[in-house]
Amino acid sequence: MHWLNVIAIVTLIGSGWEIYNAYPILPFSFPQWAVIGEWLGGAIAWHFAAIWLLMLNGLAYLVWGTASGHFRRKLLPVTPRAVIHDLLAAFSLRLRHEEGVYNAVQRLLYWGVIGLGILAVLSGLAVWKPVQLWYLSDLFGGFAVSRIVHFAAMSGICAFLLIHVLLVALVPRVLPAMIFGGRLKDAPPAE
Amino acid sequence: MTSSLDRRAILGRGLILGAATMLSGCNYDHLNHPDLADRFLTGMSRWNDRVQANLFSQTRLAPTYPASAITRPPRFNAFYDIDQAPQVDPATWRLELTGRIGDKRPWTLGQLRALPQESQITRFICVEGWRVIGEWGGVPLGQFLRRINADIKARYVSFQCADGYYESIDMPSALHPQTILALDFLGAPLTAPFGAPMRLRIPTKLGYKNPKSIVAMGVTNVFPSGYWVRQGYNWFGGS
Repeated sequence: MHWLNVIAIVTLIGSGWEIYNAYPILPFSFPQWAVIGEWLGGAIAWHFAAIWLLMLNGLAYLVWGTASGHFRRKLLPVTPRAVIHDLLAAFSLRLRHEEGVYNAVQRLLYWGVIGLGILAVLSGLAVWKPVQLWYLSDLFGGFAVSRIVHFAAMSGICAFLLIHVLLVALVPRVLPAMIFGGRLKDAPPAE
Repeated sequence: MTSSLDRRAILGRGLILGAATMLSGCNYDHLNHPDLADRFLTGMSRWNDRVQANLFSQTRLAPTYPASAITRPPRFNAFYDIDQAPQVDPATWRLELTGRIGDKRPWTLGQLRALPQESQITRFICVEGWRVIGEWGGVPLGQFLRRINADIKARYVSFQCADGYYESIDMPSALHPQTILALDFLGAPLTAPFGAPMRLRIPTKLGYKNPKSIVAMGVTNVFPSGYWVRQGYNWFGGS
């Protein structure tokens, strides 16, 4: 469910920023108005509550996307040629928006954000359990590097969200479909 | 780390896109005004305790490091400044024992030092995200619990400290071979800022689960909570 995902991701990012602020890895902190949780303890509590929503919702999405053929029909194929073609078309404002069909750039970005989501969860588990899940911690290069990977995955997801929300703002007629999960009445039937 | 005693809200409430989660000035402990956000978060935290207890393995060891990896100078951390660390007289100090323990006679420092000692060079991870490596030596807690005829089927081991801090851990973690009642730090007896005369060193948990300057230890089936846990940190706090 798209909007459960919104709640989970906004909560995770906002509380994650507060957790980051307790020991920043870069020379900046997130402003207090932008974070969720008032202080570190509250932020951690929100983070570890919202992660269950993200994981359950994400798992359901991956299972459904694979089983129903959604990934195969909607997100494949993605060829480098099509991506370049659609990207150039978009920048010259010639890319048509077809209801219910993702262009190649969109497909690439959706695969990217799914990958980043999985990366964020795995690196987060590595930060959470460097002893019990030592193999994950080792995979990412230890505790400190896991934190950096986790931060990088968050940054990538934020970049995606920025583009995602910007595109919806440019094409507001897709919003009802995003909210209700259905197709627009005048949209062509699938396939 | 700053003190959070003055915070009215135990768990900070976040405003999710204007969702109706913001309840003003509610006190979680006040029955007429239950803070729904705090209740929800506390419930999730208890659920996460259970998940962590299931992930925990008594035979999985925290990584150990060579002496060259030790962080110098060591990092002090508490809810007060370094000059306010409690000064405990080692000559008159006693470890008091309470709860489900067969032999509750208090222990002197000399008696504890006469027991078999173990040392470890392990990583100390703070909930804030930083970590340091140090060397601690002392009495393995599992061996000590058996020696004093404690009920090791009980659920919790609790600790009271000279500075008013308190903490508690689950029994499986207490019996982990790397969990020790530390008397030494960096090859010398503990100093006041680092928990003299005795602290808990448990490298399978976060820093706040390593109480310093312990004056009493108990074994119980009644959830003893902890200083930061009362303010919203997760109780299990495992690594």
